[in-house]
Amino acid sequence: MRIRIEPRAQPSRLMGWLSPLLAVVLTLVTGFLFSAFLGMNPVDAFHAFFVAPVDDLYGLGELGVKAAPLALIAVGLAIGFRSNVWNIGAEGQLTFGALVGGGVALWAYEMEGAWILPAMILAGALGGMAWASIPAFLRTRFNTNEILVSLMLNYVALLCLSYLVHGPWRDPEGFNFPESRLFSESAMLPVILEDTRLHAGALLALVAVGLGWVFVKKSFIGYQMQVAGLADTAARYAGFNRKRMIWMGLLIGGAAAGIAGLCEVAGPIGQLLPSVSPGYGYAAIIVAFVGRLHPVGILLASLLMSLLYLGGESAQMELGLPSAVTGVFQGVLLFYLLAADLFINFRIRGATPQGLRSPSKPAEASS
Amino acid sequence: MRFRRRPTRLRRRIRRRDYECLRGAYGKRCTLALAPPGRFAWLLSVMENGVGGMTNQNDPQVVGVAPRLELQDITKIYPAVVANDGVNLQVLPGEIHAVLGENGAGKSTLMKIIYGVTKADRGTVSWNGQEVEIANPAQARRLGIGMVFQHFSLFETLTVVQNIALAVEEPFDLDGLARRIVEVSERYGLPLDPRRLVHSLSVGERQRVEIVRCLLQDPKLLIMDEPTSVLTPQAVRKLFETLNRLSSEGCSILYISHKLEEIRELCHKATVMRGGKVTGEADPRQETASSLARMMIGRELPVCQHAPAPEGGEPRLVIAGLSRTSDDPFGTDLKDIRLTVHGGEIVGIAGISGNGQQELLAALSGEQPLDPHQTYEIHVNGESVGNLDPAARRSLGLGFVPEERLGRGAVPAMSLADNALLTAHRAGMVKLGLVAGAQVRAFADRCIETFDVRCGGHEAVAKSLSGGNLQKFIVGRELLQSPSVMIAAQPTWGVDVGAATTIRQALIDLRNRGVAVLVISEELEELFEICDRIAVIAEGRLSPTKVTAETNQEEIGLWMSGMFPGVEDEPLPDRQELIDAH
Ligand SMILES: Nc1ncnc2c1ncn2[C@@H]1O[C@H](COP(=O)(O)OP(=O)(O)OP(=O)(O)O)[C@@H](O)[C@H]1O
Ligand SMILES: [Mg+2]
Repeated sequence: MRIRIEPRAQPSRLMGWLSPLLAVVLTLVTGFLFSAFLGMNPVDAFHAFFVAPVDDLYGLGELGVKAAPLALIAVGLAIGFRSNVWNIGAEGQLTFGALVGGGVALWAYEMEGAWILPAMILAGALGGMAWASIPAFLRTRFNTNEILVSLMLNYVALLCLSYLVHGPWRDPEGFNFPESRLFSESAMLPVILEDTRLHAGALLALVAVGLGWVFVKKSFIGYQMQVAGLADTAARYAGFNRKRMIWMGLLIGGAAAGIAGLCEVAGPIGQLLPSVSPGYGYAAIIVAFVGRLHPVGILLASLLMSLLYLGGESAQMELGLPSAVTGVFQGVLLFYLLAADLFINFRIRGATPQGLRSPSKPAEASS
Repeated sequence: MRFRRRPTRLRRRIRRRDYECLRGAYGKRCTLALAPPGRFAWLLSVMENGVGGMTNQNDPQVVGVAPRLELQDITKIYPAVVANDGVNLQVLPGEIHAVLGENGAGKSTLMKIIYGVTKADRGTVSWNGQEVEIANPAQARRLGIGMVFQHFSLFETLTVVQNIALAVEEPFDLDGLARRIVEVSERYGLPLDPRRLVHSLSVGERQRVEIVRCLLQDPKLLIMDEPTSVLTPQAVRKLFETLNRLSSEGCSILYISHKLEEIRELCHKATVMRGGKVTGEADPRQETASSLARMMIGRELPVCQHAPAPEGGEPRLVIAGLSRTSDDPFGTDLKDIRLTVHGGEIVGIAGISGNGQQELLAALSGEQPLDPHQTYEIHVNGESVGNLDPAARRSLGLGFVPEERLGRGAVPAMSLADNALLTAHRAGMVKLGLVAGAQVRAFADRCIETFDVRCGGHEAVAKSLSGGNLQKFIVGRELLQSPSVMIAAQPTWGVDVGAATTIRQALIDLRNRGVAVLVISEELEELFEICDRIAVIAEGRLSPTKVTAETNQEEIGLWMSGMFPGVEDEPLPDRQELIDAH
């Protein structure tokens, strides 16, 4: 039997969902081989990586703590990606959102009130949007490449934050450590699960997934953005405003990343540090694609990615593996995903296809 | 003695370029005395093939000559359909061979297989009697096959000469090539400016690029997939002269067209396809257009019912002295265009592609909004719409069929249902910013059914449809939205005779319901068939309109070269009057 790869008439929906699963399975297999190759007992390694981190309530909480920002950012990014707006600057938008939102917390550190937290979230969103508006403006006005602009702004945002926590915003009682004051109680996100660090940010992420789903699947503007992503001329013919979509794509991504950043500083961290994210902004790009740019897929993918983070930490502690192992797994996962994606648009078949019908002769099977 | 040696010498000389053509057939006119050097070849042909070659000179059925191209049992299966089903086909040297069939019959697929774009699942291709495997277009070109695609295969961001340089296999010399392009295109009556960027060209001009690109390659087999669908009659005449000349020089031509009169005039042989199979062969010169149509669609050709226009419609589309400098340095500036289309009439604009049609269409559709101070120059239903975007104009009742169907009129990668939503979303498909899926699907189904779009249902992606079927879908989508002003560019481009009648009839029905219809087309016959009044656009100027019954194709043809009387100032209906009318 001869095996051929041939294009499908329509992209397969089933494979769209199966391909990430396939990628996960292949990643696990690779991990197995990997650890065997390193002379470890693969079962132990598997346990240390994927089971130990989540075998108690605290671990599950941690899973949520890390999955929340990933899901939040990825949902925002996916909206842009669908319309060919390539925002690679979520890390910077996250940082800037944390900076602005955290700034509000620092400014209000002696105050109390229920308004502080919403104000911080709003400020975080605005901060992320402000940072995203730079590539949006440059793209719509001068047609610059938003990939480069947003990527470079990541470093700028990081340096801004670093400057502030080394200088003006440094904690006066902090022994000269580059840290801000600790946020006050009313500037902290409440923990929603006793005995864990799982905070209200996870709820925000769930809400974002829901809103994202409505936006992408049901809303007309989401449809318009998709058209613009697939065929710009058709969007113009239909009278969809391209500039508005570029702005929307970047601002939504920026707002989501900004809120995610705020949730980090107002959640697990509790103050401003020179670095507030272990690369969530970049990992979220992988999450968005592993999740097929679909909000529900993104939710699942964010849990997986979060597990990879936790597993990496646990492997460091229990197996003495270097922290780079997390990055390796992320890379391997993305690699397999891209490979498995082939089957969305193509399929493999053997020998001569049978049983297809010609439209004019419905009853007659051709051989 | 002398007589015998001479052809041998000749043969050596000719072999250099086109020995192939020696084995072809030559026209009656070709006598030894008058013929240019290459034409001595007929003598050789006679000597090699015996007298049989001579008796049949006018017909390329030279006895004992291997067919230039032979297809056997070609089968191509797409997941939803069998596009080609055991197709056998023979093309002789110098033969102009028509391939006829309804939209979706599998003609383009077959041509793409010959040209190496698509791979057949089964079957063999023989070239000059030898079985060959054509793996890609480059290889096809090396064999001497040229192809003009139905959906153009040009890089939009490159210039004409750059595009052509990609296809010709010779040292890279853009300037030299540009000169040759100008020369060849002028010789064949298909004028082109090699420096222009392709994206700024109209479809008619792009078609010229495709044709000229093939001609430059000096092909042995020319595949033309609907080459005349957007050419003017004059350009078609020129092209036919060219094709006849090529044929007499021994080049075979595979010719696809839905214009049956063309086929009767040009082609030596016709193969009819239906549902992927060859269903018949004919000598088109012995057939009538209606007998060919019958073979093609399997029933009588319907005719348009054209009642006289209802009287006294109010002006619905008014263009009041529209002048516009084109953004494109090679584009055509519009000069003081005045036109009023009333409810209940069809006005046609004829003209050679590239004379301002695109600019006019862009200004009318709103894809290219006017300058702020020009707002009053276009009125739809009494509103000045000059600087409204396309969406706002549609809300005022404008329907619009663009000339480019893939990528503009439809999103290639989206399903038909999603493509219905593209412009039809005003018809109750969006509620509170959300898409009402059931309505969208119902609309798409209605469109598919009403216009007999052959496809795998509303979930089929637009790019899997054959050209004519997608055209039917787009026209249907615009018509079903009950516009009050309808602008259609090349509405029946690439649509088979049966479906073309359906579309024309739909436009006429629209008019009978009091809609103002503006049709921009290069097909004079179509315009004369459906229009109540006709105008001509040439070099960005619009002629006065003529009532169709009071003019004829000769006059309009003359006007198309720019020779028409000045426009008597059609008084612009008073603004208030326009508003009162509604
Ligand atoms: N890439 C593809 N994937 C799936 N189906 C296809 C593809 N290309 C063509 N088809 C199908 O094959 C059939 C034949 O298409 P083809 O383009 O050859 O028709 P055609 O005879 O050229 O029609 P037209 O006159 O409209 O151009 C159609 O039903 C079409 O939907
Ligand atoms: Mg075709």
